[in-house]
Amino acid sequence: MIRRSLLKLANPQLLALIGVLLINWLLFPNFFRVTWQDGRFFGSLIDVLNRGAPVAILAVGMVGVIATKGVDLSVGAVMAVAGAVAATMVVAGYPAPIAVVAALVVGLLCGLWNGILVAILDIQPIIATLVLMVAGRGIAQLITEGFIVTFTDPVLIYIGTGSFLGFPMAAVIALVLMIVVTLVVRRTAIGLFIEAVGVNRAAASLAGIRSRMLLLLVYSLSGLCAAIAGIIVAGDIRGADANNAGLWLELDAILAVVIGGTSLLGGRFSVPLAVVGALIIQAMNTGILVSGFPPEFNLIVKAGLIFIVLVIQSPLASRLAPPRFKPVAKAAAK
Amino acid sequence: MNRSLRPLVATALIFAIAYALAVMQFPSMFSTRVLGNFLTDNAFLGIAAVGMTFVILSGGIDLSVGAVIGFTGVLVAVLISWAGIHPLLAFAIALIVAGAFGGIMGLAIHFLQVPAFIVTLAGMFLARGGASVITRDSVPINHEFYSWISDLTIRLPGGGRLSVIGLTMVAIFIIGALVAHRTKFGSYVYALGGNPVSASLMGVPVARTTVAIYALSSVLAALSGIVFSLYTSAGYPLAAVGVELDAISAVVIGGTLLTGGYGFVLGTFIGVMLLGLVQTYIIFDGTLSSWWTKIVIGILLFLFIVLQRLIFVASAPGEKTSKA
Repeated sequence: MIRRSLLKLANPQLLALIGVLLINWLLFPNFFRVTWQDGRFFGSLIDVLNRGAPVAILAVGMVGVIATKGVDLSVGAVMAVAGAVAATMVVAGYPAPIAVVAALVVGLLCGLWNGILVAILDIQPIIATLVLMVAGRGIAQLITEGFIVTFTDPVLIYIGTGSFLGFPMAAVIALVLMIVVTLVVRRTAIGLFIEAVGVNRAAASLAGIRSRMLLLLVYSLSGLCAAIAGIIVAGDIRGADANNAGLWLELDAILAVVIGGTSLLGGRFSVPLAVVGALIIQAMNTGILVSGFPPEFNLIVKAGLIFIVLVIQSPLASRLAPPRFKPVAKAAAK
Repeated sequence: MNRSLRPLVATALIFAIAYALAVMQFPSMFSTRVLGNFLTDNAFLGIAAVGMTFVILSGGIDLSVGAVIGFTGVLVAVLISWAGIHPLLAFAIALIVAGAFGGIMGLAIHFLQVPAFIVTLAGMFLARGGASVITRDSVPINHEFYSWISDLTIRLPGGGRLSVIGLTMVAIFIIGALVAHRTKFGSYVYALGGNPVSASLMGVPVARTTVAIYALSSVLAALSGIVFSLYTSAGYPLAAVGVELDAISAVVIGGTLLTGGYGFVLGTFIGVMLLGLVQTYIIFDGTLSSWWTKIVIGILLFLFIVLQRLIFVASAPGEKTSKA
């Protein structure tokens, strides 16, 4: 039993993460040095956890959506909206908990809107979520009235930059969220239902799964996760920047989910591995920064990464692969 | 009326009404000067949107358009300003590079059997990253050819002028419409968008057509990048961020069905003009902030998607159009 769970740990994603971290260590010998200072840990490794948290949180929400054969392009814009709501409300004098709850509710409603378009109006997910991706930043700017709203509220700042037991608050939130969502989908039948809808929505509905309800649920979760990430990012910079908060993060979140082995064609997903995918992306970001390459270099590395994952997931690879891997690869091909 | 014509008619009506309302409020909007600028200011978007129309007609999507525009601008600027190559040769190099780039994306989409959006997403990262690696600054272009082109305008009565780039866009739209509706390639594209399986059973060369569609989209994006560099006289790696979204919006508002198979290249032209009208109106008004553009485009996009859905459900009773 223990041996089996150990074997399970040795999957390609974790090996890739360890590989990237080792390369970082070779480029930057102090990479693994973690020090204790002012009641919290400091070091590049902690930085990877902290900076990777928003994408990891988005990825947790995105996993469910992609597992139903969909995609949510609006998460970056929803982050901006949620950050704008939270910041504007604390500046207007509301207590922080109410502002946070309001931002979460707004995120949930944005997700629900996407869900209604996809589940009830039967619109392709990529286009349905495009509406909010285009309009969302405009709405965020409408809320902040075009300014970058800065705040000094200690609670919001704590969510973005505080520490819990020495670890960055953002990373702790991401970890808790990952565990809760994993337990909910894997300890109940919801995960199975999501996979069923992803493989064949019509068949799943015929088998008695309420696929509309399920789609509303996964898109709402994605909106909620985006709102959490938006509050963290706003707390981190102590302000809501409607133009730049979460810009292009939807693409990173999709990439994290794909690296995590979730099939873009639906039907197979893993929440923890998507979080590992987010950490791989962030470890590469940090590595490229500390080794002095221009940050744009990262885009090329990401493009290469997508290509490698696609080749591995493709039916072409399953034909070439040894028979042992065939069932897995075939599931991906569906 | 042919059901696939209805979205087009709806778009044309909305444009006519919106323009009439705008003219009633600001009579000066009805002038050759504003109309000429309409064409010039939206030329790069329009050219990219023609390529996007073909991609969406075939049932795909191309997210790399904006990045290819940025990359082409930088490539052309660097070739002209640093390497001293004649602009026309630089244009040819850029178009060939973009054609190869799009072709490779088409190959990946067909042979790896993966969704187009993720392949073109990788293409977007690659083009944007490539442009930033060449240079991170804006590269100005000072060549007599550029100033010659920008001076070359047709004066219209009433102070308006038609620029070369505006006319280029109109020409591309006409050629695009002819290719889509009057050639074998065009009918292959429609067939592929209607149903790829039956298209391939009917003998449509799916692989060749897919590669050609994405190559065409990238070549037009590169042409759009060239037009953009003529418009701004510079190449900047972060230019035209998000233009792919505007292009998709223009195509959808222009009445092309997102599921592929139905649509008109000329509808996209009206879509581009409608987006241009929203922007021009907000500039004329002066009190509305520019972020209203995004909200209005989002609302239009939503209205047209729902409209398409309703038309499809109403005109095809009993037929399940869901792709699930």
